[in-house]
Amino acid sequence: MIVDRVEPRENYLNADYGIKSWLLTTDHKRIALLYLVSVTLFFFVGGVFAVLIRLELLTPQGDLVQAETYNKLFTMHGVTMIFFFLIPAIPAVLGNFLVPLMIGARDLAFPRLNLASWYFFILGGLIAIWAILAGGVDTGWTFYTPYSSSYSTTYVAVTILGIFLSGFSSIFTGLNFIVTIHRMRAPGLTWFRLPLFIWSLYATSVIIVLGTPVVAITLLLVAVERILRVGIFDPALGGDPLLFQHLFWFYSHPAVYIMVLPAMGVISELVATFSRKNIFGYRFVAFASVAIAVLGFLVWAHHMFVAGLSVYGAMIFSFLSYFVAVPSAIKVFNWTATLYKGSISYQTPMLYAFGFIGLFTIGGVTGLFLASLGIDVHVTDTYFVVAHFHYIMVGGTIMAYLGGLHYWWPKISGRMYPEGWAKLGALVIFIGFNLTFFPQFVLGYLGMPRRYYAYPDEFQVLNVMSSAGASILGVGYLLPMIYLIWSMRYGPRASSNPWPATGLEWRTPSPPPTENFKETPVVTWEPYEFRPREEMEVIGKLNINDESG
Amino acid sequence: MAKSHSTVLAHHFDSIEQQREASSLGMWIFLVTEIMFFGGLFTGYVVYRTIYPGVFAEGSHHLDITLGGINTVVLITSSLTMALAVRSAQMSNRKSLVIFLILTILLGLTFLGIKLVEYGHKFRDHLVPGFGFSYPGPEAGHVELFFVFYFFMTGLHALHMVAGVGVLTILLILAGRGLFSAEYYTPVELAGLYWHFVDIIWIFLFPLLYLIGLHLKGS
Repeated sequence: MIVDRVEPRENYLNADYGIKSWLLTTDHKRIALLYLVSVTLFFFVGGVFAVLIRLELLTPQGDLVQAETYNKLFTMHGVTMIFFFLIPAIPAVLGNFLVPLMIGARDLAFPRLNLASWYFFILGGLIAIWAILAGGVDTGWTFYTPYSSSYSTTYVAVTILGIFLSGFSSIFTGLNFIVTIHRMRAPGLTWFRLPLFIWSLYATSVIIVLGTPVVAITLLLVAVERILRVGIFDPALGGDPLLFQHLFWFYSHPAVYIMVLPAMGVISELVATFSRKNIFGYRFVAFASVAIAVLGFLVWAHHMFVAGLSVYGAMIFSFLSYFVAVPSAIKVFNWTATLYKGSISYQTPMLYAFGFIGLFTIGGVTGLFLASLGIDVHVTDTYFVVAHFHYIMVGGTIMAYLGGLHYWWPKISGRMYPEGWAKLGALVIFIGFNLTFFPQFVLGYLGMPRRYYAYPDEFQVLNVMSSAGASILGVGYLLPMIYLIWSMRYGPRASSNPWPATGLEWRTPSPPPTENFKETPVVTWEPYEFRPREEMEVIGKLNINDESG
Repeated sequence: MAKSHSTVLAHHFDSIEQQREASSLGMWIFLVTEIMFFGGLFTGYVVYRTIYPGVFAEGSHHLDITLGGINTVVLITSSLTMALAVRSAQMSNRKSLVIFLILTILLGLTFLGIKLVEYGHKFRDHLVPGFGFSYPGPEAGHVELFFVFYFFMTGLHALHMVAGVGVLTILLILAGRGLFSAEYYTPVELAGLYWHFVDIIWIFLFPLLYLIGLHLKGS
């Protein structure tokens, strides 16, 4: 068989064996896999808390857990999901794996720093888990002062230390990406020939580099206030709690874009490949990423409309918040325009891309509701907000993450996943997600506050729907985990370019060798230049699948 | 590729030039994150100084302008010796590189020593927040806030100095072995950038913390 003749060759997976070869690796592809395993673990830790929350909310009374326990549950759910899954997921797993491959480099600019970033991530994560086991933390993931700095008796400082350390992991990764994208592109790969995923990661890295240090110092100040009992944010001691919110949201609102920009990048790749067209308005989509990164830093105070912001301040931030919707909308319109008259194939990654566009649009439009002052005052701190950010962050990020994972799985593992099961998984997740979170928009609009462990009887029907959806969603998340692990051993072998797509990452064998490319590729074509495949095969006798041989 | 290059060129770079550019860009981005890191503190400082201008001036009176001034001179001199060290590396002058690195390290240690003396004075005067802070007067809580910022900002700065001295010591050992030359001096150059950055932070800290009183008296 032809395939077998090609197969027994060295790649990054079999280049070296043993635990040590993994834990001390500086290969960006192996580090990506280390991240893949660790963020998956954190995802399931955060998922367990979500299950407990939805179980408690099945009935109006607080019968499963006490109020204090419930506070800890939603805090730890938020902390693990945001800091240890959503923020690192796409950049650290897919980004680490793909940035050098997509730009034709042999590795990231600083391979040892890359490994160090994983260790910081793991150390931070273990400290956070230790805080959970020791008794948890009950402040909410936002750590609002003065409750977090003066009054809470839970493990606030320990959790903060964990987040602080994982922040270094983000900064190192962002720094590495920026330098790599600037300095290590293959000959001929100009800025406007870069894949849109690279553009989005570049914009994301800029946000990470500028924002993360601010939240790090802010959380450090909270820890100092707790440990030394001095009044930095506690008004009783002369501090200013609003200052905390300003500093915190200066990072934490852009953090939403840290989660969703890479997701948008993935979607651009999927939409182009599975409709076999260049992305409509390539430059607009690229610049929209940068615009989101810039505007994202100007809207933080829309989290503080009811926190004591001046009327004029609130109006300005409301206006700016509308503005940031423009580049997001540009992307959605351009994907839609790309799909128009495209030759669309409905494979699993594309199903996830459709899911992303749908959920992101709902999440984005409800974001406009929240940006408008009057409506925001009505729905602040209700389930409307909960539903909104889950649509953006969970619907958006996880859909793209799973879509990307399926799309690049052949490259990562060298094996194909089972298409039927994967389509089923995508469908179950989409249905489960909407059933879980759509009722929460209604709940919130009707006035059910967030972060309460009990609620009036009239909200029960919608809550039961939401909890039922959560169980479907849980099954949906388990499915890919099972069949992807299965496919690593039993899946059919993948060719170097199974889709067939245009990026550089597909011009090297699956899985790639340690050095990524045998020779540094020279790029002479435009991004997403989908020539008919037959043409390539006839003219140059170029069978893309054979390049590995 | 020349043999002398292959020892310092990492496998994933095509040329020593590419490697140098990447390292240099990486350092600049790292310094940007440092600016944002200190920027959060500076923002906090500005907010509270605006809310409590009188109290901050009062707290400032308890800082030792003489020691702070000497330290400023020490630090600026160390920036000079560091710059000369980088130049020595560029000129392949191993001996003067070693000398200037030693001088820079010594000046850095002098700075830290003086800082330690100052901290000692504050301990004696019960002006360290969280460690038996006591201050006579109605605004004790807000004066304490001033000292929170004083210790946090200067402490973080001192921590950066300690790291810098550590880095320079490693460079000193490598320089003694003759690793650096006109062809390869990136680590010295980057350590220089870092050292100058830490100095600049101090150039902001000194007037913000020590000289408020003078400023208010003048107006």
